[in-house]
Amino acid sequence: MPREQIRKTYKLYVGGSFPRSESGRSYPVTDASGRFVANAAQASRKDVRDAVVAARAGFTRWSSATAYNRGQVLYRVAEVMEGRRDQFVAEVASGEGLARRQAGALVDESIDRWVWYAGWTDKLAQVHGAANPVAGPFFNFSVPEPTGVVGVVAPTRSSLLGLVSVLAPVLATGCSAVVLASETLPVPAITLSEVLATSDVPAGAANVLTGSTAELAPWLASHADVNAIDLTGVEDPALATELERAAAETLTRVRRHDPGEDLAAEPGLSRLLGVLEVKTVWHPVGT
Amino acid sequence: MALFEYSPAPESRSVVDIAESYGLFIGGEFVEPTDGRRFTTISPSSEEVLSEVAEAGQLDIDAAVQAARSAYSRTWSRMSGRERGKYLFRIARIIAERSRELAVLETLDNGKPIRETRDVDIPLVAAHFFYHAGWADKLGYVGLGPNPRPHGVAAQIIPWNFPLLMLAWKVAPALAAGNTVVLKPAETTPLTALAFAEICQQADLPAGVVNIVTGGGETGRLLVESSDVDKIAFTGSTEVGRLIARSVAGRPTRATLELGGKAANIIFDDAPIDQAIEGIVRGVFFNQGHVCCAGTRLLVQESIEAEVVDALKRRLATLRLGDPMDKNTDIGAINSAVQLARIREMSDVGEAEGATRWSAACTLPDRGFWFPPTVFTDVAQTHRIAREEIFGPVLSVLTFRTPEEALAKANNTPYGLSAGVWTEKGSRILWMAQHLRAGVVWANTFNHFDPSSPFGGYKESGYGREGGRHGLAAYLVADETTEVAR
Repeated sequence: MPREQIRKTYKLYVGGSFPRSESGRSYPVTDASGRFVANAAQASRKDVRDAVVAARAGFTRWSSATAYNRGQVLYRVAEVMEGRRDQFVAEVASGEGLARRQAGALVDESIDRWVWYAGWTDKLAQVHGAANPVAGPFFNFSVPEPTGVVGVVAPTRSSLLGLVSVLAPVLATGCSAVVLASETLPVPAITLSEVLATSDVPAGAANVLTGSTAELAPWLASHADVNAIDLTGVEDPALATELERAAAETLTRVRRHDPGEDLAAEPGLSRLLGVLEVKTVWHPVGT
Repeated sequence: MALFEYSPAPESRSVVDIAESYGLFIGGEFVEPTDGRRFTTISPSSEEVLSEVAEAGQLDIDAAVQAARSAYSRTWSRMSGRERGKYLFRIARIIAERSRELAVLETLDNGKPIRETRDVDIPLVAAHFFYHAGWADKLGYVGLGPNPRPHGVAAQIIPWNFPLLMLAWKVAPALAAGNTVVLKPAETTPLTALAFAEICQQADLPAGVVNIVTGGGETGRLLVESSDVDKIAFTGSTEVGRLIARSVAGRPTRATLELGGKAANIIFDDAPIDQAIEGIVRGVFFNQGHVCCAGTRLLVQESIEAEVVDALKRRLATLRLGDPMDKNTDIGAINSAVQLARIREMSDVGEAEGATRWSAACTLPDRGFWFPPTVFTDVAQTHRIAREEIFGPVLSVLTFRTPEEALAKANNTPYGLSAGVWTEKGSRILWMAQHLRAGVVWANTFNHFDPSSPFGGYKESGYGREGGRHGLAAYLVADETTEVAR
């Protein structure tokens, strides 16, 4: 007699745990051909707030880790992903409607992207920092620092590579993240949460919510304890404008959706620089 | 306490020649405002009317932006960085040559002491142009790829606290990066910006590369909302910063905002007290406290509070308040009646909320806008004077016991522009500097500025940096498939 499969109930990833939505809601997720895959948790405003609280606590832990340690942890994420490569390939192929070989290439690129960003953690301050030759008897230097809690609206269609491309740079800088996963293709994000939970990423450094972007993003954008928001996954100009206006109330830094951005290409520094602050320190020189 | 008497040492105002009225500087020429509206600018130390300036309206803003656009596409964006740099060097030299005149003009229009305009503002203005001139042909080294490009037309709005210096912070990097600009000086301090327009003519800067439109908040709004500006750079209040951030939503325009602050100046018990007192004075009474990065919250370790407050009061009693044109003057006039009213209101609130007020016993002149150096003790973190920006010579004193408590109190603000730390212990300086959430940290010093040193805030103090490689980057678009987030 054939064995019945154990069906998975998908949940959120907040503060290192996997809670259901406090609202108790869920929504059906289908594959590319419209077949039911699973129910995913449908996060609420309260879940957004809980996630921001968790991210603030996670920021303290994650940003105080050494850059070397953060690099090791991000590399560990790549290692754990590699171990679950087949699962990611199956999920990306099913959700995005790709052949296994195509999906495999996207998963490989996603894993390599973590490695790329892992290598950046302890080089950013050298590349983006400065010793400033001020005209006076002072030692003056500038260092990049993580801006804090970053809200990330993940790309809608690139369910894994797109997601990694927006999340990895945020974590590489030492920021913590609250990610709104692709509404229609959330499964790779949920699996990535399980990877993060087992990769020494501190609880709260990365939080992943599934649900309606149009419902959740305004709460994230207007939250006073969110320092920056990445609207890469917001393709609707009217919603993007509304979110940017909400962010303006507390001068939250905004990264806009750029239709020309090729997430498959080697990223460059812009996603790292966008969530960094530059701090300049002066001290007198004398005997 | 007896003071040495000083004889008056007034700087001569004969070095400046202020016209009775000024037009708008658009397309390389002074033109009359379309609807003929004008307003006066006064000397805040005497309330004497200095001149009448134009109030730019919609048509004037359109003309200025059009002039900047045309200069961008026809001239400035086609010119090599090397040639652009020569113009900036030339401007730097002219500013240095005319520095005495500019210092006097600034003091007359702003009310700040001639000692500050002469020794701080104007030398830094020349230095900013000199520094950025050298960048113009080296943009590939900024860190944005080999061929970063300018935004195009930059709309720039500056405050009244360091009028010409804020102009330099805005115009020098914008031009070095290859942008053209439309700049609006503050309503109460337009004169040095108009003198700068003459300097642009004197330097033969191509017409339209720099346009200067005078006016108040409404003029600023029109400029911000102009659909043909590619970049907005603003220094001013957090309140207006929010409006600008809202205004650019949904537009391709990028903004950098340098906004308010409520900086902590933290004095540990092992600090060099005499130097710290000088630092406190420099931190909050420099420029009458009209400084966004002013160290307005003094956090002093509990064990030395009495000693520090006593020494501070003794020192404040020796400050000379009065004629800004006198070379001995330490504290000049408050910039405007509006600002004076705000400072008075907030000081009254401080008393009403239970803090203890002390003001230096100085005679205030009969005419003009004046406020004595004032210190509040018994201040709680919840008091408005400990939370809100006052932008005047008013200090709030709070205490702490441990470095962790100092840090928590210092960071307990929506702002994050600057902070000060005073201690002889090196590891503690670095620990504090690392954990303070502020864009500029002065350790065992305060309120120093340099064109090579990035300046700008965390959190609600705005975004973007001005000065140094990082400040220049704000006027460039990265040479990548994607742009750097603003």
